[in-house]
Amino acid sequence: MTSVLAYSSLGFYLASFTLYGWWLYHSKRLLGRLATATLASGLVLHYASLLQRSRAVESVPYQDLYGSMSLFAWFLAITYLGMERFHRQRSVGPLVLPIVILLVCLGTLLAPPVPPPHPPARGTLFALHVTSNILAYAAFALSFVLSFLFLAQNRILRNRKPGTVIWQFPALEVLERMARSSVVVGLTAMLFGSVLGMIWTHRLRGTYLTGDPKEIASLSIFLLYAAYLWLARTTEWRGARSAVFCMMNFLVVVFSYTVVNVYLSQFHRYF
Amino acid sequence: MPSQIILIGLNHRTASVDLRERVAFSPAQAIRAAEELRARRIVDEAVVLSTCNRSELYGVPCADADSAAGAMECYFSAFHQLPPGEINGALYRHLNTEAIRHLFRVAAGLDSMLLGEAEILGQVRQAYLAALEGGVTGPVLNRLFQNALEVGKRVRAETDLGTRPMSAAYAAVKLAEQIFGNLKGHTALILGAGAMGEQVVEHLRHRGISRVLVSNRSRARMDELALRFAGEAAGWEQLPHFLEQPHVVISTVSSDAPVLTPSLVERAQAARGGRALLMIDLGVPRSVDPRVGKLYNVFLYNIDDLQRIVEQNKQARLKEVPRAEAIVDEQLEKFLNWQSGRKVWRCWRNSGKSSSTNAKNSCGNTWRS
Repeated sequence: MTSVLAYSSLGFYLASFTLYGWWLYHSKRLLGRLATATLASGLVLHYASLLQRSRAVESVPYQDLYGSMSLFAWFLAITYLGMERFHRQRSVGPLVLPIVILLVCLGTLLAPPVPPPHPPARGTLFALHVTSNILAYAAFALSFVLSFLFLAQNRILRNRKPGTVIWQFPALEVLERMARSSVVVGLTAMLFGSVLGMIWTHRLRGTYLTGDPKEIASLSIFLLYAAYLWLARTTEWRGARSAVFCMMNFLVVVFSYTVVNVYLSQFHRYF
Repeated sequence: MPSQIILIGLNHRTASVDLRERVAFSPAQAIRAAEELRARRIVDEAVVLSTCNRSELYGVPCADADSAAGAMECYFSAFHQLPPGEINGALYRHLNTEAIRHLFRVAAGLDSMLLGEAEILGQVRQAYLAALEGGVTGPVLNRLFQNALEVGKRVRAETDLGTRPMSAAYAAVKLAEQIFGNLKGHTALILGAGAMGEQVVEHLRHRGISRVLVSNRSRARMDELALRFAGEAAGWEQLPHFLEQPHVVISTVSSDAPVLTPSLVERAQAARGGRALLMIDLGVPRSVDPRVGKLYNVFLYNIDDLQRIVEQNKQARLKEVPRAEAIVDEQLEKFLNWQSGRKVWRCWRNSGKSSSTNAKNSCGNTWRS
């Protein structure tokens, strides 16, 4: 059942990606709406797939790297959808969906049917802690895509060769605003998740901080993105420089999600 | 034959601008002409479409289409007090299918001087609504013009025929929108008084720019331009100060030595917090030093860059023509189906009154055909 739902959601994401690309090429309103509707359907199916997995392990569905990546993909897609509705900009979809599809492929299709449960990793507090942090990663991933698009468009416009496709994409300042709001969502989720994590650790071990390398990595990420927000809004770093900074910050997120999780951290194996 | 549609008129392809000016109809004249054509029993229904590029009469003839078309041509030249010999070479005449196709192509922007321009759809709408209010249309032209408006809307929604800028002035404005998004709350500074600069400012105003600053070497000319653009005069001597305010700078000054140098723009950029600045240099020789384009967050375009954008977009628009023509053909077929259905219905209604078997057979033939 889980794999059927997972395959279906992947199918919807692929269909949505095709429709977004087609819409970008033909700019037919109907195609754009269909792309959004297909993405929303994929999200519902993906949610059902995560729920199935969660019930099977009697805990949150990210007890392993696969489940964690699948949830990452779901949050990335839903954060993008929220941004699409809020900013009324659909043209970023074809760039976000390949990442979602890749994560779903890695996270869902390669996952074992039922991962082994992990006794201490249960409870609402823990679930909210991890969910919030994965939402933050997804929002940072979205800001990475938006900054990349900003830089590409900025380069094209400065080279004075806009071509014929550029008019389909959001304006530079809109992209910058979208990246900033995405980072704000990420920082808020990260702050919330980290506070819950500290409370949970305190209940479990009687201390708020464990000195785990993940804590240092998370604090660095928080400070780097806060610095990005400040630079992008207030100084001469606004524009391309802050977009590069934002993209580099995401490399730290990827480092924290992979190297720190798998090789350095004792308590944060998969999130 | 009843319900046929006749079109006579001239446009930018068949007539010079001088002739087009002389045969243009004002809105009041358009209604008067349609009423007179009906009063003379030449047509049952009439719509006059008159823009700067075309003057066309659409009608549904009372009797024979050919003789009605001839009468419309005579009326057209007589209305404008032109000898028929002067106008006949420029006039075209289309009957039914070709007339319908022509109007659909006009509404789609396929027959425009500037391929895919959007204004024509509004002009078709205005001409139709004026005729409708004047009571000179009927079921056939109502249906025809409503379908034409639908064609125009579909072509705009389903193709890219009208999405990309096609004039250098509009390309400049689209660039501003591609950098800043909504222009509300933004400021433009125009230097000099070139004609294209005026066009850019008009487009900027139309797209919602909040504030326009005008600077010129001549104080009198500057005040005049500021009044015309509903802008503010910005003294030429205080240019370094005013340069700190705008998001878009349009320079129409032609100067042997650049007016806007890298050091001047760099100082302005520092004062305005490094925000993005779009500079459009329309002067020949150029008035903005090309090195300004290398400054951080400055986007510098000259007239050649804008022309290149327009040329690329022309090619892209041409690629959209087959898709737009397919929509025209589709809607044409729908309209012709409606027209033949209406013909059969009228035939049956008339035959019901006469109760003749021959008449009913002839209706059956009409339906089959």
